[in-house]
Parts: sequence; C-alpha cells; structure tokens
Amino acid sequence: MSPHVEIQLIAVLVAAACALPGTFLVLRRTAMVSDAISHTMLFGIVISYFVVRDLASPWLMVGATLTGVLTVWLVELLTRTRRVHEDAAIGLVFPLLFSLAVIMISRFAGNVHLDNDAVLLGEIGFAPFDRLTLLGIELPRAMWVLGGILSANLLFIGVCYKELQLSTFDAGLAAALGFSPALLHYGLMTLVSLTAVGAFDAVGAILVIALMIGPPAAAYLLTDRLSHMIGLGVAIGSLSALAGYWLARLLDTTIAGAMATMVGVSFALVFVLAPQRGVIALLRRRARQRWIVAQQMLAAHLLQHEGTPAAADESRLSTLGEHLRWSPEFIGAVVHRAEEAGMLQREGDTLRLTERGRALAAAAMTR
Amino acid sequence: MHTAAAAIEVTDLTVAYHDTPVLWDVDVRVPHGVLMAIVGPNGAGKTTLIKAILGLVRPAAGQTLIAGLPYAQQRQLVGYVPQRGSVDWDFPTSVLDVVMMGRYGRLGWFRRPGSRERELALAALETVQLQQYANRQISQLSGGQQQRVFLARALVQDAQVYFMDEPFAGVDAVTERAIIGVLQGLRAAGKTVVVVHHDLQTVPEYFDWVTLLNVRVIACGPVAEAFTDEHLRRAYGGRIAFLGGGPSAEVQDAGHAGAPR
Repeated sequence: MSPHVEIQLIAVLVAAACALPGTFLVLRRTAMVSDAISHTMLFGIVISYFVVRDLASPWLMVGATLTGVLTVWLVELLTRTRRVHEDAAIGLVFPLLFSLAVIMISRFAGNVHLDNDAVLLGEIGFAPFDRLTLLGIELPRAMWVLGGILSANLLFIGVCYKELQLSTFDAGLAAALGFSPALLHYGLMTLVSLTAVGAFDAVGAILVIALMIGPPAAAYLLTDRLSHMIGLGVAIGSLSALAGYWLARLLDTTIAGAMATMVGVSFALVFVLAPQRGVIALLRRRARQRWIVAQQMLAAHLLQHEGTPAAADESRLSTLGEHLRWSPEFIGAVVHRAEEAGMLQREGDTLRLTERGRALAAAAMTR
Repeated sequence: MHTAAAAIEVTDLTVAYHDTPVLWDVDVRVPHGVLMAIVGPNGAGKTTLIKAILGLVRPAAGQTLIAGLPYAQQRQLVGYVPQRGSVDWDFPTSVLDVVMMGRYGRLGWFRRPGSRERELALAALETVQLQQYANRQISQLSGGQQQRVFLARALVQDAQVYFMDEPFAGVDAVTERAIIGVLQGLRAAGKTVVVVHHDLQTVPEYFDWVTLLNVRVIACGPVAEAFTDEHLRRAYGGRIAFLGGGPSAEVQDAGHAGAPR
C-alpha cells in the first residue's frame, strides 16, 4: 500500500471509530464531554510517562483512557454538589487537568518529544512511518490501534444496542427494569475516552471533537431512526475525512485541519439541504403554511358573514382589503389559490364559498 | 399472584434530598386489585414515593415491598410510566420501538427484541388506539398520543402492579376518558394500579383507593373513608375551596418549597 492510501484508510478508521460513541454523546446532550476528554487525557499520558519513562509504552494509552473516565467522574462529582452546573463543571475540570499536564511537560520533560502542537492537531501525515508487524502483517501502527478501537466500539454498541437505546431515551425506565444506566454510562465514557486517545495520536484533539460531534449531529438531521443515525454518522464522517485529505493535498496544508474543516462543511450542507429538517425544507414548509392559513382565514371570514346583512359588503373582492387589512396583491394571490383549491367561486366582484370551502373553514375554526 | 402480602407495602419510609426530607416516615399498604390515586400539593413527594418504591431514589430509612419482597426481586411484576416530560421526544425512534422497550425487562441483558415483542407491542398500541401510528417518529405525536404510547409501553410489561406518574398531564378530555378506561380494564383483570393524580374532582369517579400525601401520609384507604374534607384540608393546608359538599379541583398550590418532585 502506498502511504497515501494508508493515510486515507487511517482517516476513515478514525472517522468511523469516532462517530459510533459520538452518536450517543449527541443524543445524551453531553457533546462537550468529548472536548474535555480529548484534552485531559494529556494529563494521563504525562503521568503514565513519568511512571514508565517510555513514550512508546501501551501504558500511556491505558493511563490516558483512565484519565478520560476520571474527568467524567470529577465533572459528575462537582455537578452533584449542586454548586455548579454541568457545563461549568466541565469548564473547571478540563482546563485544570490539561494545564497541569502542560506545566509538567514544560518543566520536567522539555527534552522529550511531547509537544503541544501535536496535541492539538496531531500529524496523520507521519502515521505511515510508524509501523508495527502483527500476525505477520506489517501496517502503520495507527491502523492497528484504530482498527482495534473501531472493533471495540462496534462490539460494545452491537452487543448493548438495546440497552444503550433505552438508557439514552429513558434512563428512569432503564433503571427500573434493572439495566444499570450508570454502568452503561461509564462503559460508553470508557469507549469515548479510548477512542479519543487512539484518534488523538493520529489526528489531534480538535479533530477528535469534530469527528465525534459533527457527523452524528448531521446524521440526526437526516433520519428518525437510531440505527440509521449511527450508520449515516459513520458514512458522513468517513466521507468528510476523505474529502479533507484531498483538500489538504490540493492546498498543501495540514491534513487534520482540512479534515475538521470538511466535517464543518458537511454539517453545513446537511443543515441547509436536509429533506425534512433542513433550512430550505423548513422555509418551504413555512411558506406553504402561510398560504394555507391565509386561505383558511379568508374562508372563515366569508363563512362568518354568510347569510348576514353585511354579507354582500364583506364578500366583495374590492372591499376585502379594508376588512382583512391585506394588500390587494396578497388578496389576489390568496383568492386565486383558494379558487384553484375549489374553496370558493367568483361571481363578478362577489366571492362565494363552495361546499368544500365551507367544510374547510368550519374545520379550521373548530380546531 | 395473590399472596397473603399486600401488593405494595411501604413502611417507615423517609427520603431526603440533601438533608431536606421530602417524605417523612411514610406507611402505605395497598391491597391487590385496586386503582389508587396519590394526591397532594406540589412538592408533597408523590413522584418521590413512586421512585423510592422502584429503587430510583435511595431511602434514608424504611423499606418498600412489592407482593412481600423487595423491588429488586420483583421487577418482572412491576410496570412503570414516568412523567411524559422526563424523556426527549425528539429522540430518533418510532412509536413501535418505544412500546417494545416495555419488553426489555423480560428480555434481560443483550437479548434483542424479535417478532414476539413486535406482536405484543402492536397489540398494546391497538388497546390504546394508536395502531396506525406504529411507524411514526415519536416527535410527531401530540401530548395525549405520547401519553398513550407510554401507557402501551407499560401494558407490554405485562405487570401485576403499575405505577403511573401523572398519566393525565396535558391530555384532552377524550384521551383522559380513554386512558382511565384502560386503567379500569387493568383493575378488572386483577392488577393493582397506582396513579399520581392532580384533579381532585375526578378522584371519586375514577378511583376506588386513595393516598393523600403531603410529605407525610395524611390518609390512605378506600376513597369513601380516606377522601374526606378533613383529610383534604390537612393535605392542602387549608388552601382549598369547597364547593357544594365535594372538594373543588381549584387547588391553589401556594408554591410549596420546591423539593424536586
């Protein structure tokens, strides 16, 4: 495999691995936890490094993952005192652990390759140089690590799909039925943490957040089934990652940065174009609704005055504007649409409701 | 399922949130086969009582039994309808999926729902007259329909004892009639149903058993004995208007010190 193909495969693995737990973060409204974890794990890496004194040790990953879970626990502990809200608790815990890690690096490990730029943006471009042979197959180390993490995520969500669905939708019922929401929560958070740690090595903290939150948030606008949302999140994430890779090659810029940008672009596209929940669909629906309501108001107005002495005056096209306070153009358009819909008939200057128009007006008023 | 033990037995139950007792030394004994209302002012601890029985909040003292045994051993016997507002109705799922969640307890960990769960869920939707909504996204439902989906979800639990937290909140009169019909059907089948209720006026009409609660239990028993002016006055602290013999529904909740319900 050429390094270019390898980089793209790694990008897809990162995107897929992140979208899986990210879907549940978005649905549980705890998206910012990914932000916290992707930074505080540096604290775990530094502490583990001081213990084992080896940057290549797998213990660094273990330490980082545990720090992620510790972050979640500290945030919950703070929130439970009811002295701070959850968002503020996240804002307190994560900068503290992150800055402690930064201080420790600059003070005690200045000569070690653990620099802050790599923390934020990573360098996926270098991933193919760090290789690992397992089962006689030689691949970039990142591919092994991320493949393993993706498998772990697939396994957990596959096995506990029903439990995660229930505890995310209705934690009270989940607890009452004997599925421990706390256990599931920490299981999920362990995966979020593990994924952030594995992905961070390749693409840095910012891209971890982008890939965990952006694709599921876009998928949420495209479907109303959880299983589809997971699949779409993985697909959108993977496509954004690939698009980012090619954008970076085109512009000769940072790959991780371009990938994060493409996640934003994908979300923006979905946000505008989504068939049901997109901005365009929403505006269209509102415009249609406006005409429907206007027709109903007109029909209701005619119905109210039917058979009264004022009927002749109230139903005349030329005087309708005074009564309803609508512009002549608007009245013309509404009358035209109502006529087309078979709600009323024009007899010279006078408007008469049809049977259908009467029924629709009555239905609209009793609602 | 009729053992010598009561359907629900709560003894000396005290629950406190951060050292503020929201339930004080509560004793409640509910026999099998009754339809019971829990009434009381805001902050009286009605929801907390249900949550404590279901093990969702930890009591500071006392114990609760379902048919003679702790809840943890009787989960299969109990159905639960939480407050409608306690879940996110924009969650990406269908009506049928939500109803099938009622079967998850019987399925246990890791087993997936199959065709049997589907059939039971569809049958329950028919009972609450929502069968044509099975494949709808849940955010497209009205408040009354959401409430009936929750009711259907409890029905598929096939329980002996049901706890329902404000099943009539935000539903219209027709839906309320339909829901109470289902609840009375459950009672006729020998089930015990406990309902957190707000409309005092309908208590004698809908229920045969009642618990008046205001942090302590004021009264608990058959409606004829427990639902008296004297007890109501004590539960609502005199903030209640009596119109023509029966208690009025116009209860003014004078913003009782806000413990979470």
